[in-house]
Amino acid sequence: MNPLRNHKSYLAAIGHRVSGIALALFLPFHFLLLGSALEGAQGLDRFLVYTDLTPVKVAEWGLVMMLSVHLFFGIRVLFLEFTRWPGHVNDLAGWVVPCSIAVLFVGTVFLIQVL
Amino acid sequence: MNKIQRETQELTVRIWRGKEDGKLVTYQVMSRENQTILDIITEIQRFHEPSLAYRFSCRVGVCGSCAMTVNGRPRWTCRTHVKKVSDEGILTIEPLRNLPRIKDLVCDLAPFIDTWQRAGAPFSGTKTRKDAPALVDPNSSTRRAAEAGLQCINCAVCYSACDVVNWNRNYIGPAGLNRAWTLVNDVRHSNRKQTFDQAFGKGGCGSCHSHGNCTRHCPIELNPSESIAGLKQIAFKGLPKDV
Repeated sequence: MNPLRNHKSYLAAIGHRVSGIALALFLPFHFLLLGSALEGAQGLDRFLVYTDLTPVKVAEWGLVMMLSVHLFFGIRVLFLEFTRWPGHVNDLAGWVVPCSIAVLFVGTVFLIQVL
Repeated sequence: MNKIQRETQELTVRIWRGKEDGKLVTYQVMSRENQTILDIITEIQRFHEPSLAYRFSCRVGVCGSCAMTVNGRPRWTCRTHVKKVSDEGILTIEPLRNLPRIKDLVCDLAPFIDTWQRAGAPFSGTKTRKDAPALVDPNSSTRRAAEAGLQCINCAVCYSACDVVNWNRNYIGPAGLNRAWTLVNDVRHSNRKQTFDQAFGKGGCGSCHSHGNCTRHCPIELNPSESIAGLKQIAFKGLPKDV
């Protein structure tokens, strides 16, 4: 791997942005689906039957993972840009592991609830 | 390893020759107890390859002219010891990334210098030579913020290390934005707002992805990441108050 990209901050930045793009692509469809409820329960129910399918559950799990990646790595960026203490750039690179553990925790809780 | 053993060993040095379409050429040089990357390049130029082009001046880490890419990372070669960066006796030395190549290890620094201007860098004083010198409290928050970024030697290591510059050549880059940060904290500067506007404009601090490569590679341990974060905060808080 390129030595300039072989560090935690790079992985965190890429994770944050890729999850952001994935969410930006998904959310319009999500709101479109929710919006169908405004025209009566039937419209929404027609889609909700698909949520029992395993591939859809896996996709939902992926979505929850993306949301939590974006949330936790986004909090890290906010701390990086709105706080300061000596050496905080390196300290905040160290947040990547706890953030990743938090993401896995959220993903695991979701799987337990859904399966 | 004792001194005699080290001096009987050889280093394999791969050096970029040519311009953009050049290639790596391998040289064998003696491994010594104390030698910098610049020592190695000088030895190769004097004894192996007289046509090798490279740039240096002070050799003591002040002028910032000898920066090159060593084993994939930008470094000041005059203060980089071989044994600290050698990969099992192999060194790969290339010109800085993100800058046009002129010949061998020399690149054109003009795009890098231009970024300083684009970041609103020219200082514009509020006093004339007839006025008394401005009194700046060294303990004020603005002066301490400016002080933290003032020692930049313009080596372009941060510019070369920056992935955002690599993706978007319109990005001003860490050094120019660090300079802008020192100016918006300089109470003697008459165009602080204009400097901030330029640093926050297109290709400015908003493009930074906070990878931190600039801070990680700065040879004199400045913190351009923090300077850029400071500029972003100005968008919310306004220009720094002199307190």
